[in-house]
Amino acid sequence: MLGLSRKDTTLLLIVLALVVLAPFLLNPFPEDSELARFNAGYPDLMQRFVIFGIFAMGFNILFGLTGYLSFGHAAFLGVGSYAGVWMMKLLTVNVVPAIIASVAVAGVFSLLIGYICLRRSGIYFSILTLAFAQMSFALAYSVLTPITAGETGLQLSLNDPRILGSSAVDGTIPATNFFGIAMRDGFEWAVGGWKFTFNFGYYLCAVIMLIAFYISIRIFRSPFGAMLRAVKSNQQRMNYTGINPKPYTLAAFVISGMYAGLAGGLMVAVDPLAGADRMFWTASGEVVLMTILGGAGTLVGPLLGAGVIKYFENIFSRLNEADLNQMFSGLPDGLQSAMVTVAQMFVGDGWLLTLGVMFMAVVIFLPGGIVEGGQRVAGWFRRKSGTEKSGKAAPAASAAE
Amino acid sequence: MGILKVRNLNKNFGGLKALNEINLDVEEGTVHAIIGPNGAGKSTLLNTFVGRLVPDTGEVNFDDQPLLNRQPYEINQMGVCRVFQTPEIFGELSLLDNVMIPTFAKRDGSFVLNGWGRMDRETDVNDQAEHVLEDVGLADQRNELANSLSRGDKRRLELAMCLVQAPRLLLLDEPTAGMSRADTNNTIDLLKRIGERGITKIVIEHDMHVVFSLAEKISVMAQGAVIVEGAPDEIKGDPKVQEAYLGGAHL
Repeated sequence: MLGLSRKDTTLLLIVLALVVLAPFLLNPFPEDSELARFNAGYPDLMQRFVIFGIFAMGFNILFGLTGYLSFGHAAFLGVGSYAGVWMMKLLTVNVVPAIIASVAVAGVFSLLIGYICLRRSGIYFSILTLAFAQMSFALAYSVLTPITAGETGLQLSLNDPRILGSSAVDGTIPATNFFGIAMRDGFEWAVGGWKFTFNFGYYLCAVIMLIAFYISIRIFRSPFGAMLRAVKSNQQRMNYTGINPKPYTLAAFVISGMYAGLAGGLMVAVDPLAGADRMFWTASGEVVLMTILGGAGTLVGPLLGAGVIKYFENIFSRLNEADLNQMFSGLPDGLQSAMVTVAQMFVGDGWLLTLGVMFMAVVIFLPGGIVEGGQRVAGWFRRKSGTEKSGKAAPAASAAE
Repeated sequence: MGILKVRNLNKNFGGLKALNEINLDVEEGTVHAIIGPNGAGKSTLLNTFVGRLVPDTGEVNFDDQPLLNRQPYEINQMGVCRVFQTPEIFGELSLLDNVMIPTFAKRDGSFVLNGWGRMDRETDVNDQAEHVLEDVGLADQRNELANSLSRGDKRRLELAMCLVQAPRLLLLDEPTAGMSRADTNNTIDLLKRIGERGITKIVIEHDMHVVFSLAEKISVMAQGAVIVEGAPDEIKGDPKVQEAYLGGAHL
């Protein structure tokens, strides 16, 4: 289907099913239960899952395939955000021109930065990209204040021209929309103790994420993708085999910059505010973590990594001592307070500790990330069923690969 | 007709004369061996042919076009392919991909953005790659990673990566070093077979068995200079060669 092999089509359909059903899957606990605090099915967080999924997916095209570790990808996300908000200030609050502008501007910007940074490889390349990103951050904060609104962040105002739309509706700033459907619109569905939220902004982001995922699969399976893997493997051989590795790497850099710009554009599409902190180096580091945690060089890895990190950032960081006391209330007094003291280090502000421990465990035990973990588990099951049903199941399992 | 002409090539590394007034003519369709003791400048000479090293003075012409000051990939696109002393392959890729990539280079040139095609649907490239893998006897391992191969097989893979491009000039830097006698003989047979396709070859080799079973002309290098040149029979008996290369021992 769509020019994909059967295996890739299955993968695409699984991801499609997951994002369509996300409002259910992420809200497994009834509203009034104690576990409801682990529900992640609210619009804001679901949007972040898919937007950062796009960001990490694009980063993976560069890092996963060519091995070039960019430490400044957040700059492209930030630039995309600013371009998007400007489109909404100047043209219309329809998100389509904003998203297109985000991708285009980030593409041009990454072409410029990539052209310079790709003159070096390895650690020097990483440092150059980091330097450029920090420079962009500093510029956005200081000299470029007329364009970026500096510390306050760039936002919509009643005085914006919006020549294709209207500056104000009923005396307020109009809501960002997709041909009339507001991003914040949606509906809720209460069933029994459960409440599911379907948000239009989320579904728009999800559709764009699926398209981005499809493009990423095509790139992975294409001759271009093979060239990028060859860049990672042996540039010397590429050169002596008649291929110029530079333009291939630059193309990968620009494509991943455009993915980052797309993510930035979607961020402002659902919430029209762009701040310089989006370009800070920690944001660049985060996408590296997402990609490695999920599995660099794999198709779904970056999506999983983005999901896990955003989940921890939003859910674990909200837990506090009272929550923990409640959770461990079944235990004897002394044990309860001991457990709470230990667990407290890992929640609230300490969620970064959880992330750090998890990241270390993955890098040491599962260099291929969550995807490798999944493959190993699947391998165990296959072997188990293979021995139980003695032979008959084993060929079928290997054929399914 | 001479396909490769080298004129007055010089290269100094500090005070060391790595190449000293080298003149060389390689006839089209022949196998030209370059032999000499370690440090004679054989690999340095090959490096100047593929764009890895720029000599201080001199000229190298391939098919009447200058080779010097070109990028390695440009030289390859002109029809020169090199097999290295330590195999240079794409270790993390499958054997099939390893051979398909040079085939794409031959078909599409040094850069083309084919991000929408599919590796398994590029049938013409696939067929050529499969065919060459069969030629070198690696077809059964086509889906394995190149890093999993033995050293000898890696060399054969690298040779396949050059052969698939049907180069006009093939540079072989010690193609049998570190191989068992059986593997060496297989490689000689393979090189003889591809010789029938009219590919000109320059071979650097220490193994005299290989040199004398393949070469039609031999240049002997010592201390950066070509000291003797001639047909294998002339070289065998030349006292200068025995002095420089073998310290007087008989071949």
